[in-house]
Amino acid sequence: MSTGEIKRIIIIGAGQAGGETAQRLRQGGFAGDITLIGEEPAPPYQRPPLSKGYLKGDLDMDRLLLRPATVYAEENITLLTSLRAVWIDRANKRVRVEGGRELPYDALVLATGAKPRKLTLVGADLAGVHLFRTAADVDALKPHFVRDAKLVVVGAGYIGLEAAAVARQLGLSVTVIETAVRPLARVTSPEVAGFFLDEHTRQGVQFVLGGQPAMIKGRERVTGVALVDGTEISADIVIAGIGVNPDIALADQCGLEVENGIVTDALCQTSDPAVFAIGDCAARPMAHFDKRMARLESVHNAMEGAKIVAAALTGGKPHTVEAPWFWSDQYDLKLQIAGLFQGYDNVVLRGVMADRSFAAFYYKGPKLIAVDAVNRPAEYLGAKMLIQTGRTIPPGELEDETRPMKELVAAAR
Amino acid sequence: MPKITYIEASGKEHVIEAPVGQTVMEAAVKHAVPGIDADCGGACACATCHVYVDPEWLSKTGEQNSMEQSMLDFANDVEDNSRLSCQIKVSAELDGLVVRLPKSQH
Repeated sequence: MSTGEIKRIIIIGAGQAGGETAQRLRQGGFAGDITLIGEEPAPPYQRPPLSKGYLKGDLDMDRLLLRPATVYAEENITLLTSLRAVWIDRANKRVRVEGGRELPYDALVLATGAKPRKLTLVGADLAGVHLFRTAADVDALKPHFVRDAKLVVVGAGYIGLEAAAVARQLGLSVTVIETAVRPLARVTSPEVAGFFLDEHTRQGVQFVLGGQPAMIKGRERVTGVALVDGTEISADIVIAGIGVNPDIALADQCGLEVENGIVTDALCQTSDPAVFAIGDCAARPMAHFDKRMARLESVHNAMEGAKIVAAALTGGKPHTVEAPWFWSDQYDLKLQIAGLFQGYDNVVLRGVMADRSFAAFYYKGPKLIAVDAVNRPAEYLGAKMLIQTGRTIPPGELEDETRPMKELVAAAR
Repeated sequence: MPKITYIEASGKEHVIEAPVGQTVMEAAVKHAVPGIDADCGGACACATCHVYVDPEWLSKTGEQNSMEQSMLDFANDVEDNSRLSCQIKVSAELDGLVVRLPKSQH
């Protein structure tokens, strides 16, 4: 398929990945039809602030929008909101949307994102039990997010802990229930998890670790969460922060290869050359990690997918793949993460946790593979550059804080 | 609304009306000024919204904060007037501000 034959591009999913793709296609000079289809009512917006500034009330929806709502018409991008795509006919290159209308495409981009996992407990559908994925989810939660309200968060991942931090800052009482024996078990080391556990405990968050919720109690509204061991925690609101599943329904329906997410190559192309998949719904080989397949749920991944696909469809300069990066804001702590820590066999700390400013460097054999930096932007950016260029600082050198990060990076091989 | 002029490395100028309270980065991104990537959306997490503040305006935009300084330490072609534009809040005082963009943010 040469780029000249492509006159009509449909993007399914108007989140950050989809929105960014539309914008970059136009910036890259694509002059054909762009149709961007999203289930939510709002134009593409940033999700990370939902569990941070938006929940707290510091940022309104206008500031979350990737671009002002008027830009889409100005740039001749057909933005169809509050609309679900329901069927893909790959043989005839058509997408059917709710209501039966069929839209033809020459190239299709799946940016369908992920759906939050629901609690599969009795009482999970009571009023006051909230998911946490969309602006609407947070809008429903906000009126109940008031001083002295009792919040139970199920799941101690980043979203759950960010919501817990905002809740404490607003004066709610907060209990976090986590089935694993430590928070953040899927996303960081025991050392860094321990730091965040201590920090939240110091801020007044109660933790039930190794806790197994049995049911949500209440008649119409939630009143508490009962655990398998018989204890009950009273609650006015419950947030389910137990992760997401990639939205692969359409990919499955039209027979694309799907594993943990829609399978693509490094250029985000699926098993059908006319169909691309990007963002939370897709898995691709990771350039800096032995081409291991990974499905990342992050802004970096959403933006990068958009850049890769836009370059491919406009014949633009190929995007230089970055080392994966992430961040989380909790209280006055800025956690910045570069690389993928899975499979590490050694962790080296630079700085001390008690100062609330340190970085944990993860090594696999001699190779630096990831960093978790808390209030340490230099360590974060330095490590990110090294991972991207395949260089390493010998672990022994990191503990010497008299040598600035920049110097260590310059000397790295 | 205060007007801000963004000058691309090529010399191309963009004059944008920026709402008070937003950041110099947000105004640029919302109007798709090329040359400011701002991948993280203003969380001071990516260092891809680097700008050079016109020297006349430095006293009004204020100094780099410490987090910003550490991030800029690793950016390309950093000068004394380098700032991360996500850390400059638009105010009435900044009406007429001129910032120049680096050749690349990566």
